Amino acid sequence: MSEFYTSTDHFVLVPALLLALFGCFVLLADFLVFPRPKHRRYVVILVALGEAFTGAALWRQHSFLSAHDLASVSAFHGSLVVDGMSIFFNWIFIAAVLLVALVSYRYLETEQEHRAEYYGLMMLAQCGMFFLAAGTDLVTLFVGLELMAVSFYVMVGFLRRDKRSNEAAMKYLLLGAFSSGFLVYGFSLLYGLCGSTRLDRIGEAVTERGPFDPIVFLALTTTAVGLLFKVSAAPFHMWAPDAYEGAPTTVTAFLAVGSKAASFAFLMRMFLYPLAGARPAWEPILIGVAILSMTVGNLAAITQNNLKRLLAYSSVSHAGYILLGLVAGNETGIKGMAVYILVYLFMTLGAFLVVVALRRKDLAGEDVDDLAGLIHKSPVEAVLMLIFMLSLAGIPPTAGFIGKYFIFLSLIETGHYVLAVVATLYVAVAIYYYFRIVKSMFVGEMTDTVPLMGGFGMRIALGVTGVLTLLIGVYPEPFLQFAQTSLGR
Amino acid sequence: MQAIYQSPLFLPLVMTVVIIGVFPLLAGYIVLVERKVLADFQVRLGPMRVGPHGLLQPIADALKLLLKEDIIPTNADKFIFWMAPVISTFTALTAFAVLPFTEQLRVADVNVGLLVVSAMSSVGILGIILGGWASNSHYPLLGGLRSAAQLVSYEVALGLALVSGVMSAGTLSMVGIVKTQLARGVWGAFDNFGFMLVPFVIYIIAATAETNRAPFDLPEAESELVAGFHTEYSGFRWALYFLAEYANIFVVSSVAVTLFLGGWLRPFPSVKWLEIPLNYGVPVLLFAGSGVASFPLAKRLKSHIHRVGLIGMAMLLVLLGLLLLVPAVNAAVAGFFWFFVKVSSLVYLMIWFRGTFPRFRYDQLMNIGWKWLIPIGMGCILVNALLGLAGA
Amino acid sequence: MDVILFLLFAAIAVACGVNLVVQKHPIASALSLVGVMGSLAVLYLLLGAEFIAAAQVIVYAGAIMVLFLFVIMLLNAGGEPKTPGKSRMAGLLGIPLMAVLLGLLSYLVQRALPKPAGVTFGAFTGGKPYDVGKAIFTEYMLPFEITSVLILIAILGAIVLARKEID
Repeated sequence: MSEFYTSTDHFVLVPALLLALFGCFVLLADFLVFPRPKHRRYVVILVALGEAFTGAALWRQHSFLSAHDLASVSAFHGSLVVDGMSIFFNWIFIAAVLLVALVSYRYLETEQEHRAEYYGLMMLAQCGMFFLAAGTDLVTLFVGLELMAVSFYVMVGFLRRDKRSNEAAMKYLLLGAFSSGFLVYGFSLLYGLCGSTRLDRIGEAVTERGPFDPIVFLALTTTAVGLLFKVSAAPFHMWAPDAYEGAPTTVTAFLAVGSKAASFAFLMRMFLYPLAGARPAWEPILIGVAILSMTVGNLAAITQNNLKRLLAYSSVSHAGYILLGLVAGNETGIKGMAVYILVYLFMTLGAFLVVVALRRKDLAGEDVDDLAGLIHKSPVEAVLMLIFMLSLAGIPPTAGFIGKYFIFLSLIETGHYVLAVVATLYVAVAIYYYFRIVKSMFVGEMTDTVPLMGGFGMRIALGVTGVLTLLIGVYPEPFLQFAQTSLGR
Repeated sequence: MQAIYQSPLFLPLVMTVVIIGVFPLLAGYIVLVERKVLADFQVRLGPMRVGPHGLLQPIADALKLLLKEDIIPTNADKFIFWMAPVISTFTALTAFAVLPFTEQLRVADVNVGLLVVSAMSSVGILGIILGGWASNSHYPLLGGLRSAAQLVSYEVALGLALVSGVMSAGTLSMVGIVKTQLARGVWGAFDNFGFMLVPFVIYIIAATAETNRAPFDLPEAESELVAGFHTEYSGFRWALYFLAEYANIFVVSSVAVTLFLGGWLRPFPSVKWLEIPLNYGVPVLLFAGSGVASFPLAKRLKSHIHRVGLIGMAMLLVLLGLLLLVPAVNAAVAGFFWFFVKVSSLVYLMIWFRGTFPRFRYDQLMNIGWKWLIPIGMGCILVNALLGLAGA
Repeated sequence: MDVILFLLFAAIAVACGVNLVVQKHPIASALSLVGVMGSLAVLYLLLGAEFIAAAQVIVYAGAIMVLFLFVIMLLNAGGEPKTPGKSRMAGLLGIPLMAVLLGLLSYLVQRALPKPAGVTFGAFTGGKPYDVGKAIFTEYMLPFEITSVLILIAILGAIVLARKEID
């Protein structure tokens, strides 16, 4: 350790270091340890090992913070911070990567594109997510964002022989680059405000200038465009349905939960810290975006027959709900966002896992009709899907209800009654299309008799997501505590 | 009048004009030397007709190129076709701006001088691929693509070798680099316990490739691509490409001399007692010696004018050698002399390469660049850093 | 002198930027981009950031534009055909409206900024290689190091997307 790299720096950076190291290790192990394609699935063990180490490092950070009763530890001249929020989100990323990796090997073998680079990209993308959750410097945040985004561009186009996959990757890349341009433009203005890239300094400058200062406003709107694109909120959601549909389904699942959670971490970091002083300016914008997201997401989902597209639009509407927590902005609202993202992780991932399971040799299994008569063929998956759908719609006693409950509560606490009513109305719309899926599963005629994709990993992943979706709904206390302590600032 | 001399812009402007005016002539004579040396390798005489021993050949060639018909292919993109050679020449000549011929004799001493040279060489590639593309013809296009790939690949190796050099010099300013070598009392190539020879060799190889010279002259491999990217060029436009190529050769040699061979410093710059023998002995021997050696040649020439011309030339050389014995003149010119002697040796080395090495195949070229030069270059940086730490 | 140079190269940069968008042919656009990058380098130089200026030319005008041109040539991309759907109304209305928007925006920004004391060209001396290196390896060390992971991903991505089918 030297003055350039102190032990504090090391302590804060360790999870990212481990992720990057294991990412490289996976790539090396592919041809050094598991040269035969048949054995490539054991790379998943390596991924799990990496995540275990990362988790241990996170746990160390967590216990250090609570042992010394610190809110945060900052390192690298204020570029990186470990606080409740970074730890909370990193647990979410770990869960997402583990669950997705568990089902990926069977899926990719079916697609005949099983390559270890996939897992390497996943872990390196997670490394980028770490910086999004923990960065407190514009450059670090931006590089972290690109780290994540570039990995996703490649993963979305991973099925090289599939034209849809290529097309999706291309669309995602072009629009993603465009939105990054907006974001960087906003960042350059923010930097110009105070001559520093540190979020705290920017926060001071923004507060000093006030929310309606033209430059602050310009910086705010352009930054917001970039951020809202990444969380796929309407009207910046255009890429989501195409990218979600074309990408390999496991990547779609990772994109829907991992990328979205990381982007929300980034968004919360930006709006709650440096841009907090400009609240009067961004609150109406976010209200508009949230309502538009719920409208577009819910209404467009009604007409979709492709499950992945349907879930894409549903994720747009969920982004709208999560943004409402930021609009409310009180402690309940922030806690609600955290809980919602946690819940969203398990229920959306679960739903996508069922879609993954529908993929069998010569059967794409992406349409609502492919679910027809699922209850007769594989009752377990059908019941689990029912739970996920109930949860996505937000019906008690599932986890989705808890998520929505806190968002609505925070809206009422802060007096946004109209918003609360609108949001509740859209739940009714959502129920309609989620139950189309349920109806197809339970009432429809079976169209094929090929059994669903199974496997050890799939069973574990489905079990975990299903159990947690129910558990958070029935007994939310420990999870609320988790979110509360994490974000208690 | 006095004010003009003392203006800070005076020397740079004069140098600029001199370089632009003199270099084309110099390039012409480098070509002549190349043809003569190659001929010698092949036991021929080379150009003999224009002037004594072909001494006026470059002027005749330049006149020929100037007077040639200017052909632009019908479907070429006229504007880019016109602009491409200009870009090449412009960037090649701009790099001269930072070359320190001596400590005072230079256009500018920029504190990122070395980067300016590499910036210019990297923009110069544009001229080549644009020329290849604008011709709207197959061979030039392929030649242009090949050359772009080659230049981009070898630029990395070149850059890594430069980084090694800069690491031991500790500055990017060209004048500063030479001054560091003076302070350390050793040429860059022998610094760090002699380890710097490795990056020096890498630099020479990569520089040969950067200038599209044999054995890396694939972009203009006659047997495959006619004449490469400038197949469709003729007359004066072609001459511009030609000028750019030789300007580049001169520039990379000068950079090598500055970074690795002590710039304007004499050999053993720190050994005081060698100053008189080296600074006086070598130039006098060189000029007067070659002058004296020319006399017997003149006797064998048949044409009377040629004979007189060569004898005049020889007298001039001897005179020049004697002039250098005057201490005032010697002090002023010694640095310039050493710089040019070193650059000429490197140019000779490149001609030597051309005379002896067979051309590489395309995949071999890429292998050498990416699998050998670049990893070794990176290793050099590492070892240099360690040696630097050990030396400090 | 400095002001004249600044105005000249700023004008060139803007003109090239406009040309970049207007040109139909990708090669012409790419060349305009070279112009923009080159003029930007001169502007950096005027501000006293020599290292950044040189890096700008090496990286953008040199390496990246060569790759751009390379790709354009390999794809043999021609000029884009005139799209029939474009109405003239769009041009007639859009360009003035855009001009108004940009004017308004620049006016607002102008208004908001405190009157600057006037830029002194060459007064900034933090652009030397030493200063840039120091900033990179102290204050911005973390992003600098993460960039290496980013480059690794880029290489990995290129290999994944361009690999040959072996097994």
